[in-house]
Amino acid sequence: MGLFSKKNKEALNTPLFKENPVTVQVLGICSALAVTSKLEPAIVMGLSVTIIVAMANVIISLIRNTIPMRIRIIVQLVVVAALVTLVSEVLKAFAYDVSVQLSVYIGLIITNCILMGRLEAFAMQNKPWPSFLDGIGNGVGYAMILVIVAFFRELFGSGTLLNYPVLEKIGMYEIGYLNNGLMLMTPAAFILIACIVWYQRAKDKSLQE
Amino acid sequence: MAAKKYVCKVCGYVHEGNDAPSVCPLCKAGASEFEAVKAPKKGLDTNSDIYAILYSVVVVVIVAFLLAGVSSALKPKQEANIELDKKKQILASLNIKNQADAAAVYADVIKADPIVNVEGKEVAAEGGFAVANDAINDTNLPMYVAEVDGAKKYIIPMTGNGLWGGIWGYLALNDDCNTIYGVYFSHASETPGLGAEIASDKFQSRFPGRQVYRDGNVALTIVKKVADEAVEVNAISGATITCNGVNDMLQRKLAPYKAYLDAQAPVVEAAPAEEAAAIVEPATADAEAQEKVEE
Repeated sequence: MGLFSKKNKEALNTPLFKENPVTVQVLGICSALAVTSKLEPAIVMGLSVTIIVAMANVIISLIRNTIPMRIRIIVQLVVVAALVTLVSEVLKAFAYDVSVQLSVYIGLIITNCILMGRLEAFAMQNKPWPSFLDGIGNGVGYAMILVIVAFFRELFGSGTLLNYPVLEKIGMYEIGYLNNGLMLMTPAAFILIACIVWYQRAKDKSLQE
Repeated sequence: MAAKKYVCKVCGYVHEGNDAPSVCPLCKAGASEFEAVKAPKKGLDTNSDIYAILYSVVVVVIVAFLLAGVSSALKPKQEANIELDKKKQILASLNIKNQADAAAVYADVIKADPIVNVEGKEVAAEGGFAVANDAINDTNLPMYVAEVDGAKKYIIPMTGNGLWGGIWGYLALNDDCNTIYGVYFSHASETPGLGAEIASDKFQSRFPGRQVYRDGNVALTIVKKVADEAVEVNAISGATITCNGVNDMLQRKLAPYKAYLDAQAPVVEAAPAEEAAAIVEPATADAEAQEKVEE
């Protein structure tokens, strides 16, 4: 079996669109609401989740045959929590500024349902390499939605992108535009995610129920 | 687990039950053609209670040792980082930001870190930097004295509560001990785009030039609509609870320093009449008066 056989490619590709963790599997919605009012935390969160899902998938996949079925969820939880703590400790020691920026988000990763979902649904049944790809795929699929939502929320809510005042520079305020406060509130994230789901299902009829 | 499995040697049909069937439903072979199948064992029964208990114990012990080891190995480095970050924050209140070597700049700019008490007496000439946030009380008030461009600045550390978690900051005063030179706010987990904006330059730049104390009290407040330019600062819309937290923090953390700062403030003669009239408390009149003097 090659490193990028058809099956492995599928593990990597399907979570990006067809099996997107946020819009199709409807996992990780809570953090998608919490961290998307600005683009920067959304990107950082997307990246950290990608790394941690991939690592947790590999570890669980390696020990999948030894895990007692009845306590598997707890074992998965311990692995994820340990991994998140480890990453946060290492960041604090070697990249303090990044860890300050991540602050709450790194802790939020533990509660991200995508992690548990992928561990339970994929890593428990598959070999380490496909599990790794599945983790990367799901992480990127998640990050993608986060970035799209954060892009619109920051642009219309604060008039900036990555703290760069875009709307001011192109003169939107002079023609009477006002920052939309709703965009900074959580309902805006719901509306935007719903729009993405709508678009995706209109494009791909097979996703319609 | 009661059911045993029997496989038909002729066609491969698998039957589950306590005994072999008398006739195979597929190939009609007799009971003698059936053979009992043993449950495939992988050496260990991963479903047994003992195994589950042992497994969880082992996993937890491994993880505990791993985390404890990593934590203690990285601790000196983390503490150095935290210390450096604190220095950067203190410098940020003096509007000194993005320095490549913050520690050296800090050593150059900050002249002293005395500990004072609520009566205005200096308890210790140095050691304020090492005071932990939760050890700050009326008899143990750390502060910093800095010198920027030849002028003395007093820096007061503050901690408080925002909407979701802690907020903190440093407030630098000019040598008149009342006019704000610069501020720095940060937070643990305020809402990005709303409460988290207290950490932005846009918000912090509203403070310099404002006065902290008036009539012996902390008058500096964040309000929705600024009526009094001297002591009021525009709030962040949508971040009411965080702004209230900042107000509360200013009120509680700045008040104890009043006595010490009054003692430090240079004595200036004769305040302008119309401003002196605003002063109600005679005891602090001197200090108040010279605080009002325009630079």
